[in-house]
Amino acid sequence: MSVLVYIEHTNGIIKKNALEAASYAVAYAEKTNGSALGVTIGNVSESEIKKLGNVGLEKVFNVGGHDYLNHQKVAAIMADVAQKNNSTTYIFSGSSEGKGAGPRLAVKMGAGIVSEVIEVPSSTSPITLVKKAFSGKGYANIQLNHEKNVIVLSTNAFGVHEKSVDVHIENISSEGNDTSLTHQSFDRDTKGISLPDAELVVSAGRGLKGAENWGMIEELAETLGAATACSKPVSDIGWRGHHEHVGQTGIAISPNLYIAIGISGAIQHLAGVSSSKTIVVINIDPEAPFFKAADYGIIGDAFEVVPKLNAAIKAIKG
Amino acid sequence: MKILVCISSVPDTTTKISFTNNNTALQSNGVQFIINPNDEFGLTKALHIKEANPGTNVTVLHVGPNSSDPVIRKALAIGADDAVRINVEAIDPLQVAGEIAHYVKANPYDLIITGKESIDYNGAIVAHALGEMLGIPSVSPCIGLSINGSEASLTGVVDGGKEELTASLPIVVGGQKGLVEEKDLRIPNMRGIMQARTKPLNVVEASGSKEAQKVVNYDTPAPKAACKIVDANNVDELVRLLQNEAKVI
Repeated sequence: MSVLVYIEHTNGIIKKNALEAASYAVAYAEKTNGSALGVTIGNVSESEIKKLGNVGLEKVFNVGGHDYLNHQKVAAIMADVAQKNNSTTYIFSGSSEGKGAGPRLAVKMGAGIVSEVIEVPSSTSPITLVKKAFSGKGYANIQLNHEKNVIVLSTNAFGVHEKSVDVHIENISSEGNDTSLTHQSFDRDTKGISLPDAELVVSAGRGLKGAENWGMIEELAETLGAATACSKPVSDIGWRGHHEHVGQTGIAISPNLYIAIGISGAIQHLAGVSSSKTIVVINIDPEAPFFKAADYGIIGDAFEVVPKLNAAIKAIKG
Repeated sequence: MKILVCISSVPDTTTKISFTNNNTALQSNGVQFIINPNDEFGLTKALHIKEANPGTNVTVLHVGPNSSDPVIRKALAIGADDAVRINVEAIDPLQVAGEIAHYVKANPYDLIITGKESIDYNGAIVAHALGEMLGIPSVSPCIGLSINGSEASLTGVVDGGKEELTASLPIVVGGQKGLVEEKDLRIPNMRGIMQARTKPLNVVEASGSKEAQKVVNYDTPAPKAACKIVDANNVDELVRLLQNEAKVI
C-alpha cells in the first residue's frame, strides 16, 4: 500500500506547505507500514525535487508539461498516478489547490476524505485522525471506514520533520485533460507574503483608527518578514482588503507568531487565530479579551509601541 | 434560470463551543443556530441574480433533520422562492454531497451555490465533491460571479491571489464574503417572514448515500497559560522573549 502526496510549487520552487505534506506522508507511511510517493506537476527542476529528500521522501513522480494547472486537472492527474501505483491514501496541503483537488480525487477514487487534519493517525485499524473543527474552537477525532482516504492537512500543524534520504525521480506523463474551466488571468495580491502560508503575521484592528495609519503595520511586517492581516470590522469598513481578514468567517491561520495590534479579541476573531503558536497582543485597553488568549501582552498605545517595537527588532536583525 | 443554494445550519459565530455525552456531541442547549455565513453570502448573491434576471427561481436545499426548519424558513424569509430538505442526519461531507448530487440529477439546476466551508466542521469539501459527482466545474472559494446567458465569469481565490475564470453552466460555486459584501446581507422583514410561512418546504427522503466516516469524540483546545505582560516602555524585553523564550524571531 502506498501513500501518495501532492507536492505544490510556485514557479518551480517547492512550497513550504509541500515539505510539510511530504513530511506527513512519510510519517503516515511509517505508521501504516506503507511507502510514501510524491507527485510534482509542471516544470520543477531535479535539484528542487531533491529537496524532498530532506524530509524523508524517497520517490517522486515528476509529471511534465501542464503550464497551467487548476484543482480539476490536479485531481485528474493524481487519480491517474494513484491507479497506476495502487495508492490508497492521498495527502494534500490545506492550500487552495489541496482543498480543491482533494474532494474531487476522493470522488474519483471512491475514497473517504477528511480535511484540517493536524496529526498522524492515533490508531490504524480503523484509521482515527484528529481534525480542527468549529473554526478552531474545538477538535474532532474522526474514524475513517473506507479503504481509500484523502487527507487534507491543516497548514503549519504537523510541521516539517527532517529526515535525510536520497530521492529517486521518475519522469512520467499524464494528461489530466479537464478543460471545463477556462483560465483568463491571475492577479497576484499586492507585494508581501501570502497570508495562509505565512510563519509570522502582523495584524491590526479598529484601534488603528483609519486606513491611513497602516504604514507602521506594514513597516513592522516588512522588518519581521511577516504577512499582514486584519480583523473583520477593518475589512468590512474597507480599510484593508478581504484577503487580509482573519477569523471565523475569514481565513483561519496558525502561524508561529501572531501579533495583534488594536484588536480587542472578539470570539469570532480568536477562533481564526487561536492555533497560532505564539500570540502577542498590543492594546491600550487592559480589559481587552484578547489578553486572555495571548502569550505576551503590552498594554499601551499602538501608535507609540509599534514604532518602538519595529526599531527594537531592526536593531537585533542588524 | 434555476438556482439552487445549499445551506448548512451552524452555531452562531458568538457561540462558546462545548461538548456533552462524554464529548461525543455538541452542547446545543441555548445555542442559536444560523445559516452558515459563507452560504448566506451565496444566498444573497443568488437573490441579486434573480432580481437582475426576471423569471429566475431560487431554491434553498438543506440536508438535515426537521430541527433545521427555522433556519430554512429564515432563508425563505430573506427571499428564496422555495425549499427542499433532505431528511437525514448530515454526518459525512461526501454523504451530504452525495445526497445533493442525487437530488440535482433528478431536478437539474443551472447554478448551484454552496459556502466555501461550514464554520462548524470546516470541511471545505462539499462544493468540489458535488462538482465532481455531477461532472461539472466548481469554483470555491469564489468572490466574483456574473452570468451572461449560459456562460459564467468567476473570480476564484487561490493562494497568493485571485484567478479570473470562465465556464459554461451548470457550475458549482462556493461562496464567501466578497461574493457579496457584508452590507448586502439581508435581515428578514415582517413581510418576508409572513410570506416564508406559506412558501413550499418540500421534505424528501435520503437516497441512502453511504457514510464513510464518523466523529468518535471532540476535544476543546487546552487553555493558554497566563499572558506575560511587558511594560510598554520596555519593548526590548518583548523582543528578548520572542527571540529566546518563544524562539519565533
